[in-house]
Amino acid sequence: MTVPSARPPRPVRRGRRRFGAGKLGRGLLIGLFILFVLVPLYWVFVTSIKPSEDYLAVPPVWFPAAPTLGHYTAALFAYRGLDGLINSLVVSTGATILSALFGTAMAYSLARFGTGGQHLSFWVLSQRFLPPVAIVLPVFLLYRNLHLNDTRFGLVLIYTVFTLPVTVWMLFAYFRQMPPSLEEAALVDGCSRWQAFWSIAVPLAAPGIAAAMVFAFIACWTEFFFALILTGRNAFTLPTVFRAFLGFQGAQYGEASALAVVSLLPSTVLGMLAQKHLVRGLTLGAVRG
Amino acid sequence: MAEVTITGLKKNYGAYQAVKGIDLAIPDGEFTVLVGPSGCGKSTLLRTIAGLEDITEGTIEIGGETVNDMRPRDRDVAMVFQDYALYPHMSVRRNIGFGLKARKFPKADIARRVERAAAMLGIGPLLDRLPRHLSGGQRQRVAIGRAIVRDPQIFLFDEPLSNLDAQLRDDMRGEIKRLHLEIGTTMIYVTHDQIEAMTLADRIVLMRDGRIEQQGSPLDLFERPATRFVAGFLGSPKMNFLDGEVVRGPEGGIRLADGTVLRLAPARLDALRQGPVVLGIRPEHMSRAAGEAVRPGFVRLDTTVDLLQPTGARTYATVGCAGQSLVAELQAHDVGEVGAHIVLDIDLRRASLFDATSGKAL
Repeated sequence: MTVPSARPPRPVRRGRRRFGAGKLGRGLLIGLFILFVLVPLYWVFVTSIKPSEDYLAVPPVWFPAAPTLGHYTAALFAYRGLDGLINSLVVSTGATILSALFGTAMAYSLARFGTGGQHLSFWVLSQRFLPPVAIVLPVFLLYRNLHLNDTRFGLVLIYTVFTLPVTVWMLFAYFRQMPPSLEEAALVDGCSRWQAFWSIAVPLAAPGIAAAMVFAFIACWTEFFFALILTGRNAFTLPTVFRAFLGFQGAQYGEASALAVVSLLPSTVLGMLAQKHLVRGLTLGAVRG
Repeated sequence: MAEVTITGLKKNYGAYQAVKGIDLAIPDGEFTVLVGPSGCGKSTLLRTIAGLEDITEGTIEIGGETVNDMRPRDRDVAMVFQDYALYPHMSVRRNIGFGLKARKFPKADIARRVERAAAMLGIGPLLDRLPRHLSGGQRQRVAIGRAIVRDPQIFLFDEPLSNLDAQLRDDMRGEIKRLHLEIGTTMIYVTHDQIEAMTLADRIVLMRDGRIEQQGSPLDLFERPATRFVAGFLGSPKMNFLDGEVVRGPEGGIRLADGTVLRLAPARLDALRQGPVVLGIRPEHMSRAAGEAVRPGFVRLDTTVDLLQPTGARTYATVGCAGQSLVAELQAHDVGEVGAHIVLDIDLRRASLFDATSGKAL
């Protein structure tokens, strides 16, 4: 049966022209957006290899004639950027692993056993509402007594506490949408609760755990405030090194840019590695697979 | 293989009582079906047998041993879940072998048992696939494979067919029944589908509101329902219920709302007390009137057709009777048309009578 169409068909030429214009507009928009995101990154990179006299030159130097790696050596060695980098890697990795371990166990307990009733899960998240400045002084005094000031371990502890709420909340959503029958099947099959957790629930939550770990790592990697207050000459992290580049004599743009490029690397690599898991980890709570 | 004995079982969730006192003895090798409407406590009862729920009161014995405080893995039961509960990150082979691995069986033994179970269920070629690459029916087979591979004392099925389409459900139902004949292990099966209950069970345990309403063989429950609820639950289309009143005396019977009296056999009438009753007539006990004379034990109903629902072999006709509706199951080509006059014979010998207040069979 043919159904008479309500409207006469659109002229083909007009449709084609509109399609072309739409494509062009979309391309322009995407191009602008890419420029908006990439130009600052390029500027940072190019500044990191520019000789000092090119920093503020007018017109701006887009392609330095004599690129140099001098700022990198200065930032990493003279300003102790390398020590900061190593500290940041150790502290962020340590805190991320602890946060994932405790967060997974805690989220599972909240989701499966309703631990703490209906309010504990929200209380956990609410810890994130607390501004760090509200607790930094007591933590500082506590750390001084416990000799944790200016130690990597001290920073790992505070970062674990600081990232745990988001980790728990992300994984809580993950475990809650996982059918309990999977672990029940494992219990009947011959597993203890602990085995069912490790061999069934954790592997299935792996994308969520990976996503939560990336978030935790980036949060630790970029954290400045606690690091500033709780560290000194030994355990200082990468973000705190940047203070040194702004002095009374002026700003060390080259060194700052060189260190910025270095600090971008781990999170970029991590993001690329975990990209697949990240998208799944962030959407799985909403969409039933 | 083992028998299951449940005594005084109660299960509360806070103030809510899901199971209100169950006594049940399931002999070794029997196929028992727990059936009832949603929320009647049948799944909870099954889960307490599996050990997935703690019990509030009572005892559960499997093979003569009290298992109240035993963990699920120590009860030697296998369970098939409604959503199959296949481990999504493991191949079919690992899914089926998982229980054996958890119980530390030797590798060669696991491989041999998995192959045997797969061959039994016709899923041999699927062993290296992941569950997400299987159809619903194949997943169900894998779930059953995971249960039989361990050779447990008892099989528990929690509405295993309800996620399948109608055709597949019929096929799988047959396979489960055949499986029981082959391996002869005690099986406890939960469903809300009365057809599944009737076709599979050696014994049906019909539950309502946390209690057992009636238990017995499928035909026993179908033909001799203890209550109006049982009568209405088993059978499709369901039994017709007509409100009436017992009238004693030589012209006695059941008087319907419009004054019509349906004559009952004197022997049956004598056993009844005067007062309101509910008459239950199964749709298949009504037929198109044949001949002038009404057969003994039958009553004749002169009415019009309100609705026709052909199913192929049979047609369900909704007709009016004393201001109420009745559904009759008739020969497909013997029904006339909607609005037409129709004369039906009702076999009152097979009708059920229930107390109007308590719903108990009279």
